[in-house]
Amino acid sequence: MGTPSNIKLIDENGLRLDGRGDEELRPIKITTDVLERADGSAFIEWGGNKILVAVYGPREAYPKHTQDIEKAVIKARYNMAAFSVDERKRPGPDRRSMEISKVISEALSAAVMLEQFPRTQIDVFIEVIQADAGTRIASLTAASVALANAGIPMKDLVVGCTAGKVEGRIVLDLSKEEDNFGNADLPMAVLSKTDEIVLIQMDGELTKDELNKGMEMILKATKRINEIQRKALSEKYTIAQNKEEGE
Amino acid sequence: MPKDATGVLSEIKKGYISKKLREGLRGDGRKLDQFREIAIEPNYVPRAQGSAFVKLGRTKVVVGVKIESGEPFPDTPNMGVMTTNVEMLPMAFPTFEPGPPNEESIEIARVVDRGIRESKMIDLEKLCIEPGKKVMIVFIDIDVIDYDGNLIDACTMGCVTALKNATYKITPDGEEIPLPVRSYPISVTMVKIGDEILCDPDLEEEQMADARLTVTMTEDGSIRAMQKGNNGTFKIEEIKKAVDISERVGNDIRKKIVG
Repeated sequence: MGTPSNIKLIDENGLRLDGRGDEELRPIKITTDVLERADGSAFIEWGGNKILVAVYGPREAYPKHTQDIEKAVIKARYNMAAFSVDERKRPGPDRRSMEISKVISEALSAAVMLEQFPRTQIDVFIEVIQADAGTRIASLTAASVALANAGIPMKDLVVGCTAGKVEGRIVLDLSKEEDNFGNADLPMAVLSKTDEIVLIQMDGELTKDELNKGMEMILKATKRINEIQRKALSEKYTIAQNKEEGE
Repeated sequence: MPKDATGVLSEIKKGYISKKLREGLRGDGRKLDQFREIAIEPNYVPRAQGSAFVKLGRTKVVVGVKIESGEPFPDTPNMGVMTTNVEMLPMAFPTFEPGPPNEESIEIARVVDRGIRESKMIDLEKLCIEPGKKVMIVFIDIDVIDYDGNLIDACTMGCVTALKNATYKITPDGEEIPLPVRSYPISVTMVKIGDEILCDPDLEEEQMADARLTVTMTEDGSIRAMQKGNNGTFKIEEIKKAVDISERVGNDIRKKIVG
């Protein structure tokens, strides 16, 4: 991290490279039921991110030693396509994607009523088709929609956003350049109704006040993102209803 | 941690820990923000360029630093390279298995690495010998030899101690140069059990914890890395409280291990 002198991330009018203000999100679009075979699926476009999520299960957990006799186990697999980033990424799991898979699994586990499905696993397959900063949060946000789409009982939707520090300012939803050359990155996700934090990570350099500001900003943004999630889910059923009325 | 006959916490023990916690005490009599006894032996492996043997209560790790010359990454031609690896050895716990690193050990290694990297503890630019061609590579390898909870903090303490005392040579018969070190990051890992936040969880506390949070800070009071783990949740106030605890407790630990 650290800003090379030739890149200016915030212009003289206080606008960011892509013309956004400090608390402005990139465009977000979520669609559900995009895959045929999966029990549930979602596709999210968030800025330049294009991420597909498929949910299978609950189904018998395999290998057997991964079974939990009291509840279901969520197995998220975050994977980046080889062509999703500027330089070709070697296919297959690496240390970064394994860590992300772990924190996403844990975050989703806080929302799903796991105790209803002992000895089973719920697979959440995440494929990053195109990456443009904030993929873990976009994946998680879409994954919770895909779980709901699969009809899996949940206490709440998981919704997240990132904040970061760019040229000394705390801003929302970092872009690729801001992520690469900014001073701090703070991805966070919450349960939408209770604001309980299910994922938080940070790297870079932040004071306590900056951290608090970042967390508050994210919390505010999750309300807006949650509406997009809910709309994506309700749309599917609204269309079906309208069809019936037309007939 | 994986559950099995030896890894499962009995309901009786759980009940006992919860009951004690309601009285503000922990199973082993510690205060909520109190670490177990920390004993660190620097330069434990003289053959390594820097090393430390850390005992955090009954958790034991050995950290070894090897510094060799090599090629820089293409996108950072003027900077040395640092890598961190954690081996959770089968000797450390009944359910640890040999083989490639699993999710757990990768997460630990990455959280430890992040704390040290983002604190800019090592001045990587000073490790550049010839831009784009030759830099020094700092390999931090951690052996977990006995596991009783809170590996992240034990490993971070070990890394800080090992790096602080590390030296390297550019050529085999060159002079010993101390590793350029600028700050001392300290990680403080906390778990939430019920509504209480506890520092430095031991194995039993880790097993019954709802959620885990690590906050790594430097002496200037800035936050350099954070990581939440487990299936439970935190309220925003709890995160703020945890940062305050990390600053206060971390400062005490820093005094102990770097003077």
